[in-house]
Amino acid sequence: MRKEYLTKENIAWLLLAVGSFVICSLLMNLGIINSYYQITLYNICINIILAVSLNLVIGICGQFSLGHAGFMCIGAYAAGIITKMMPNFGGFVLGILVGFVLSAIVALIVSIPTLRLRGDYLAIATLGFAEIIRILVQNMKITNGAAGLNGIPQLTSWPLLMIGVVVSIVVVCNYTHSAPGRACISIREDEIASEAMGINTTKYKVIAFVIGALLASLAGALYACNFYVIKPSQFTFNKSIDILVMVVFGGMGSMTSSVIAAIVIGIINMVLANFSEIRMIIYGLALVAIMIFKPTGLLGQRELSFKKLFSSRKGAK
Amino acid sequence: MEPILEVKNLTKNFGGLCAVSNVSMTINQGELIGLIGPNGAGKTTLFNLLTGVYEPSSGLIELNDDGQKIQLGGLKPYKITGYGISRTFQNIRLFKAMTVLENVKVAMHKNIRYGTIAAILRLPSYYSEEKWVEEKACELLKEVGLYSKRNEMATNLPYGEQRRLEIARALAIQPKILFLDEPAAGMNPQETADLTKLIHHIREKYKLTVILIEHDMSLVMNICERIYVLDYGKMIANGSPEEIKNNEFVIKAYLGEEI
Amino acid sequence: MIQFLQQMINGLSLGSIYALIALGYTMVYGIIKLINFAHGDVYMLGAFVAFYATTFFHLNFFVALVVAMVLCGVLGVVIERIAYKPLRHATRITALITAMGVSYVLEYTTQYFAGSEVKTFPTDLLDNTAFSFGGVRITMMQIYIFVITIVLMIILTYIVNKTKMGRAMRAVSVDEDAAKLMGINVDTTISFTFFLGSCLAGVAGVLVGVYYNSINPLMGMTPGLKAFIAAVFGGIGNIPGAMIGGLFIGIAETLVTAYGSSLYKDAIVYVILILVLILKPDGLLGKNVKEKV
Repeated sequence: MRKEYLTKENIAWLLLAVGSFVICSLLMNLGIINSYYQITLYNICINIILAVSLNLVIGICGQFSLGHAGFMCIGAYAAGIITKMMPNFGGFVLGILVGFVLSAIVALIVSIPTLRLRGDYLAIATLGFAEIIRILVQNMKITNGAAGLNGIPQLTSWPLLMIGVVVSIVVVCNYTHSAPGRACISIREDEIASEAMGINTTKYKVIAFVIGALLASLAGALYACNFYVIKPSQFTFNKSIDILVMVVFGGMGSMTSSVIAAIVIGIINMVLANFSEIRMIIYGLALVAIMIFKPTGLLGQRELSFKKLFSSRKGAK
Repeated sequence: MEPILEVKNLTKNFGGLCAVSNVSMTINQGELIGLIGPNGAGKTTLFNLLTGVYEPSSGLIELNDDGQKIQLGGLKPYKITGYGISRTFQNIRLFKAMTVLENVKVAMHKNIRYGTIAAILRLPSYYSEEKWVEEKACELLKEVGLYSKRNEMATNLPYGEQRRLEIARALAIQPKILFLDEPAAGMNPQETADLTKLIHHIREKYKLTVILIEHDMSLVMNICERIYVLDYGKMIANGSPEEIKNNEFVIKAYLGEEI
Repeated sequence: MIQFLQQMINGLSLGSIYALIALGYTMVYGIIKLINFAHGDVYMLGAFVAFYATTFFHLNFFVALVVAMVLCGVLGVVIERIAYKPLRHATRITALITAMGVSYVLEYTTQYFAGSEVKTFPTDLLDNTAFSFGGVRITMMQIYIFVITIVLMIILTYIVNKTKMGRAMRAVSVDEDAAKLMGINVDTTISFTFFLGSCLAGVAGVLVGVYYNSINPLMGMTPGLKAFIAAVFGGIGNIPGAMIGGLFIGIAETLVTAYGSSLYKDAIVYVILILVLILKPDGLLGKNVKEKV
């Protein structure tokens, strides 16, 4: 093992991941997290993947996409259809891979024309694409139309979910802290200057968009193989906004805040499960209030960084 | 001397407005050229044509890349940058929410040799290249005197330092030709003097060809070897600072016709 | 041929309604560069106001129409003052997210009070006799829709082009700061724009209520998006563009339903949007604006 991997902060991250896995497993075995809470926990994990991947597109690359639910939909249906035919782990992996291929193709088709558009126009175009995906799914035989798929085998397990979350976060964070990631941030900051600095802006926007789409599709697959049933009506424009809310609440561009926002919103959803209208009203009011009073989100661009934590402690000594 | 950049009959129309009309220039290897003209003469538009922000309506831009003739007209800005042409902006365009160091690193992009996969999997090439980028970027920042501020957000720098960071960022591309769009705008005399020194220094050190737009005549007359004058989109004069000072068309363009 | 003409009549009725909503989108975008996502919900509230006015208070159709119009207009102004005014100089994305928030609040507050079930609009509000011209059927209701839409569009065009307020609106949309320096009260002008746009959306809501007979709290979302697409098609910020765009989208949707499959009637609108954005992002009548470097 090369010494670059075995740094203090990487070990700290590993401990954090393994620690949260072990603690949640223990709580589940002890019954403190009962089957009702478990649904919330699983939902939170899926939402973390969605929020982190959307944050890559919106927060890091600055491309305002409202079509994330479309890619989740592709992943969910690919996994759902294939695992219904092959109800085993191999089928699940195959389903995820097929979802990857499909969503990558769709992401390319969507992104190459639309990413030339800026800001709000891009938002509407991606929204349009996601709606087209949903309408197609709703009208196809293989997806069983508006009724959706029933009886999808439950192949998503807690360890798999945790692996999905960790992989997503690692992929997005590694990408962000690299030359291609810097290119994406520079596009967010000033597209014209970025291009003048020799960056093929279209290429990096497409890459960020495709990575986002792949992770959303992974989230979709995990979702489908956990909740037995998927329907086109679960992947409407509202789902995209739900994901957006998590990214915006936490702070665009900060992965830590997306994770925290996904957890907090997951718990709020559970508490307010029986008051769905009130929940939506609160969401709406909160969106308006945050944009007016703290448009950078509750945590802004701050990140949890063990590297800084360790070096500041060294500095204090 | 070998011409490094040749512009032939370059024209740019915006609707009915002819912003740059039939401009021809020859720029030799290693020259320091000034581009002057009254406000709205089309200087920045000419820069934007040469760096690919705008597409020419007609005319040729020919780069001599070590003996190879390359047509730059209509290429995307990032491709033109790839041939070793870099620029600064009149209205500073730094990546505001990135640190000073990161601003320079972004501009080194085309020389970084690892891709997205290596970045995500953190392959060994990631570590070796990032180490090189870090060293190189720090070196450049020392050059322009911003090393001590490398971890500040670009937006927090004072105005004069932002302009210098723009130059550092343009140098990070490892250019052959450097376009400076009003580098001394808004600077006080001391800062302008420092800037003059810096331009001289980087030109010698990196064997650059420099073309600058400037309204500060003392700076232009002081450092430029040759000056082009634009007025209403047309090239009205070119020559040494002495010649330009005494050129009747230039005097007319700046002071108006005698009645 | 007769069937085609019939579909054109139906398409024009639907298109008129889209055009009314699209006008609000286009005026607001023209003046503060905001995609007012909540606009579709103002339209929904127009339908609800008319529903309660005619069922609870037994008002006559035209009185209900005016009440809905005024209330929606006032609501538009209130929304602008509370939610959008503080963000006038924020990024467009910030404003867009706020607009989505407002949309959520309007939809689910209505749902909370009125319930999520579909409500049936009274059918006896307007005389609904049908006329037949050589096999093409046109109902009295459709004639009402056309007349009301045309009258409103004439009034709007008059306000924008001939009145002092209209001139102020055009000035603010070109350059807010310069308009302010010329002594134009920018806040009042923007509020007035929201008032006009929301009035039109309110009318559209009432017309849809009587035309389709059923309303629900989430009915604003899809027509709202389609009307926005209509505005983009015509060239956002451009008033005649929004009218043409609305009619075009209405006709396209009706023709797809008649000759293709109603399942794809929403998809066609999004396909039109994406084609417009790729081929002519400034829309049919829009102007090309490039960022200055």
